[in-house]
This record gives sequence, structure tokens and C-alpha cells, in this order.
Amino acid sequence: MQTIQDKIGHFPRQLEDESIYILREVAAQFERPALLFSGGKDSITLVRLAQKAFFPGKIPFPLVHIDTGHNFPETIEFRDWLAKETGAELIVRYVQDSINQGKAKEESGKYASRNVLQTVTLLDTIEEFKFDACIGGARRDEEKARAKERIFSVRDDFGQWDAKRQRPELFDMLNGRIAVGENVRVFPISNWTELDVWNYIKEEKMEIPSIYYSHKRQVIERDGMLWADSEYLNKEADEIPFEATVRFRTVGDMTCTAAVSSDATDIDVIIEEILSAEISERGARIDDKRSEAAMEKRKQQGYF
Amino acid sequence: MDILRIATAGSVDDGKSTLIGRLLYETNSITKDKIEALESASKRKGLDFLDLSLLTDGLIAEREQGITIDVAHIYFSTPTRKYIIADTPGHVEYTRNMVTGASNAKVSLILVDARQGVVEQTARHLSIAAMLRIPKVIICVNKMDLVQYQESTFNAIKESLSELVTQTTFEGQEISFLPISSLYGQNITQKASEMPWYSGNTLLGELEAFEYASTLAHAPARFPVQFVVRPMTEAYHDYRGYAGKISSGTFKVGDSIRVLPTGQESTIATIEKFDSKLDQAIAGDSVTITLTTDIDISRGNTLVLASEDQAPQLKDFSAQVCWLDHTALTPGKTYLLQHGINMTKAKISQITERLDVATQTATEGVSSLQLNEIGTIALRTAQPIAADQYAANPANGAFILIDEFSNSTVGVGFVK
Repeated sequence: MQTIQDKIGHFPRQLEDESIYILREVAAQFERPALLFSGGKDSITLVRLAQKAFFPGKIPFPLVHIDTGHNFPETIEFRDWLAKETGAELIVRYVQDSINQGKAKEESGKYASRNVLQTVTLLDTIEEFKFDACIGGARRDEEKARAKERIFSVRDDFGQWDAKRQRPELFDMLNGRIAVGENVRVFPISNWTELDVWNYIKEEKMEIPSIYYSHKRQVIERDGMLWADSEYLNKEADEIPFEATVRFRTVGDMTCTAAVSSDATDIDVIIEEILSAEISERGARIDDKRSEAAMEKRKQQGYF
Repeated sequence: MDILRIATAGSVDDGKSTLIGRLLYETNSITKDKIEALESASKRKGLDFLDLSLLTDGLIAEREQGITIDVAHIYFSTPTRKYIIADTPGHVEYTRNMVTGASNAKVSLILVDARQGVVEQTARHLSIAAMLRIPKVIICVNKMDLVQYQESTFNAIKESLSELVTQTTFEGQEISFLPISSLYGQNITQKASEMPWYSGNTLLGELEAFEYASTLAHAPARFPVQFVVRPMTEAYHDYRGYAGKISSGTFKVGDSIRVLPTGQESTIATIEKFDSKLDQAIAGDSVTITLTTDIDISRGNTLVLASEDQAPQLKDFSAQVCWLDHTALTPGKTYLLQHGINMTKAKISQITERLDVATQTATEGVSSLQLNEIGTIALRTAQPIAADQYAANPANGAFILIDEFSNSTVGVGFVK
């Protein structure tokens, strides 16, 4: 029988070497870096790489989680476990606080989510801790505006991305010099694809939140996708929850991530499913479907 | 599994983005939802075919103008290898983005419009590929469908480039020519029956067959120290590890090393990668090295083998540069020079000459280098840098220049 490795090959270790190099540059070039941790597989991969980069020392920057209040409970549980396991410092800031302070306003309607509101809390957190570099798990293969992103991406003091002002990035030389008030978003796994991430999780035998694997859950069907039922989802009268066997391919908020029908209980089956999938990873991200330029517009505003 | 990095180049409207879209499409690297998005976007533009360039032109401004402004990185895999394509802009104004995208490439795809033939951008891109010492160049003569698939047109283009190719190429560089149509997918992954006179490989065939013998592991050993790991925990109380990525060569446990620029010597005690200990590590490996003796080493120092010729400690040297900024390079001005991870101040004393890339002729006595221009400069650094000649050891011979005030990366240089 053909194994997964016959089909997709071994994880290209060169990618790991390159990402570790980037993380070490962040620690060396910046005074107050932070790793933005979402609880998804990409940021879990970043934590693993950071552990390797500074071993036997501890990860020299905090993990920062912007909690929308709409996270899957499994993600929060995993986040706390991972922080304890790695000994990394964990900082959590809440979108609810930004709403209470009147800085952000809850969306309405059946597609309401807190995805866009996160940016407000993120920018406040950057200011509060004076972070000069924020490490994120975005990958260039995810979305076409992300395909244009540099590894060191300079943002002004409003967190805005200006695609036309990007610095040339040559060879592996990373220029992290910034003016006061500016900060840099750093993307160490820019060159990894979705399959690379899964292959790495497999080879490294990494723990991931349970919702990536098949489980039973109450869902509703909307726009041809399965949405997790929760108190945060604004349902219409005819949207009746039912039980289904599903897993999540990408993990964001409960209100903006769709589930897929799946019996995959181990990682080999997950990889098989991705190989034969007809829908791309971000196809399950409802937030991206708002318009063709949804991602670019959010990035200009300081979104990750 | 190995990775092959490719950069595309060509003039505006030569169809680079369409070519990449075609490669993705024919290697089944696009999912159904992306094709559907493409179909509806193509229809909105009033097109009756799939506009594959919409896949890579990810910025609003790019779709508005129908051109590529910035480098997009695109990924696909075959069972043989993983490919990373840097899709770079063709417009002369964005040449700096082209250089950026091509700097890591092992293969350069240069597109030529079969109807237009060789234009100035073709010469520029061929010249940049040579400057960066990209080991393989594939010149894709595109839009063959618009010249009735004539062999004579293809041969004429080949002929008109031959002199330029002879002038720019270096020993070991492979250059090939390929007649294609990206719009109709001819000679991309499948042989085109319309061009029976062409007996060579398809584009994908060329890429799959390309073996570049990496000479980096045999080049002089260079290890720039990025970060000093000092856990200061009970278990690792006296631990002091030097973390970095090996630029070139091979380091083994027990090797005698010398530290640049201080000249101190020691011996490698361990080479570590996370929790495993290695006997040796080669170019490209991110490792942590510990030494048998406690000596003063900090970020920016370079470890070399004591037995090898030392990396030259350059302070006054000459370099080829490509200027990347709207504000021209001005002799006498101080810039920050970043060589690998090491930064020092540098003053450019003189522009020795400027190269006209179209004709490969040099002009002396110029007073500035404008955006996208290539020239040779003489410079002096505040601290010596442990750089090799770019031609001899590309992994340790390039640097960038940074404007002290704007913090922008304004130029890229290659040690002569």
C-alpha cells in the first residue's frame, strides 16, 4: 500500500532551518518581540520552532493571545496546556474589553463575527506592551494578498500595511530597522504550505487541539457549509441544529470557521483528506468571503 | 524532499502570471473553489476564457491595472520536489522587486513575447540573472500561437540573443530556449503538437530534470553567530551555545575554529540541533555550536575553520551594486551595510562605472546611480566584514545597503 510519505515525500527540513533562522533574527534585532498565538496549527508550529531555536534556553518572548470570547473551548484549554508545557510567558487580552470601552462595536446580522474587531484589541495590546515585533503564523499559500507579504513586514503606528512601500528583501538578509512607533510583523513560516505544516506536525509527533480530529458536534447548515452551533452564532428560524461527525481544517472563531464532515481520527487520514479536497483551506474561512479583496483591506487596517 | 526556487521575469504583458497560473492548473495545484472564484472574476472582466493571471495578481492595484507590481510567492509540488515560484513584476519601474524575487532563485524563467522579440527588459533580466549568478536560465518564447507557431520566429529570437548570452553568462550557467503558449498550455506540461519542429523538453520537464550540484557544502566554512544561548538554569548553568545558520562549508565536532574579527581560536565541542547532537553540519543548517573553551564571542562574529584560508577581513573594497531606491546613490554619503546578519557603517567613496545592461557597456565618471541602475562602487566600512568574493562564494559575498534615516533597504551589493 502507498503510504502518505510515498505520496507527499518527507517534510523538507530546509524550511525548518530557514524558519529557525528568522526567529533567531527576531530575538536578536528587536527589544520587545511577541509571538501572536491563536491556538491554531500554524501558531502551534511557530511555538515548536521557537522552542527549537533557543534550546536549551526558554522561548525569549511571550505568547500573546487576543481572545475574541468566541474561541472554541478546546482551543483555550490547549493554549493553557502549551504555555505550561513550554514554560513560555502567556499574555491574554480580550476583545470584550475593547467592546466595553467603546473602542469596538459588535457586528449584527447572521454573519456577525468578532474577526474584524480583533484588530482593535491587537493594536491596543501592541501599544500597551510596546511590542516592536509581532510574530505570526501566516503563510503565503493561504491567500493572494498574503502571497505578496514580506517576511519582515513593516507597519506604521496604526498597524497599517502599505503594499507599495514594502522593503526589498534580498537573499536571507532581514532588515528590521524601524522608527519609534512603528512595528514589524514577522512571518517565519511564509514559505510553508498547508501540507508542509501537516507533514511537520506528523513527523514531529506534535499535539494539536482535539477539534482538528473527527468528533460529534451540533451544527447547522448554511451556504453549503457546516457551522458549529454555539450561543454566539446568530441563527435564523429555519436553521435547526443537528448532530454531525466533523472536524475543523482551520481553526478561527466559532462564528467564522466552517467544519467539514470527516471520520479522520489520525493525521494520516487528515493528510489524505487534504490531498483529495476540492476546497482550499481558507475556503472554510467565512471572513475571507466578504469580497475578493477582503484580506488586503483587513491587512491595511492592521489585521494579521 | 528538496526545494527548487524559481523566479519569473519578462516585460509587461509577456504573460508571466498566466504562465504560472497555467503551471498550477496543469499540476492540479488549484482547488475547485479557487477555479470557481477565477471563473466569476474573469466573467466580471468581460473575458470568455479563464484569466489565470488573476490567481497571482493579489493586490487591488494590480487587478485594476492588470499588471504585477510586487513579488508574489506561489507554491506547487510534484512527487519529485517542492517548487517555490517568485512571480516578479515586468515593469521597468519595479525592477527592484524583480531583483528581490530572483535573489534566492536557482532557476530564472525569462519570458519573451514572440511578436515583440527581444526588448530592453530581456537584456536587463539576463544581466541580473548573471549578476546574481543564477545557475539556470530558461528563456520562454511565449505567445507562439500568435505567430502561427513558426520555427523561424523562434530561431530569430534565439539568434538575436546569442551575443548578449555570450557576454553575460558565466562558467557553469545553463541557458536554454523554449517555445510556449501559456494561454493554451503548449509545452508547459504537455508537448504541443502545433510545434513538431521543437524536440526539447516541456517547461515542467526541464524543471524536474534540473539538478544543481550544490557546491556550498564544499565552499570555505562560514558560521555567522546570530544569537548566544545562555539558559542560566540549574541544569545548564554554564552553558553557552552559539546559534546560527551555516552560510557555507562544513563544520565537524573536534574542528579547530577561529573567530573573526577577534582572531581567537578554540575547538568545537558539540553541534546541536534542538535536543539532538550531530557529528557535523553543512551549509543551510540552523544549529547551535558549543566550544571547548570559554572565549568572548558575540552576535555578528563569524566562525571559520582554523585550517582554512581565513575569510578576507574587508574594509576597503569594490563591489557591484544594483540601486533599489528612488533617492539616488550618492558618493560620500554614509549608509548602513548589512552583510548577512552583521551591520556596520559604510561610506561610498566613488562610483567607478555604470553598466548599460542593454549593451553591456560601461560608462566611467558618473556622479550618481539612479533607481534600478547597476554599477561598480568603491567603499569603506567602519568595521571589517568577513565577506568572500560573490563569484567565489555567493552565500557569503552579498550585502545590502540601508538608509540611516529612512531605514529602507536602498541597494544590494556583490563583493568583487
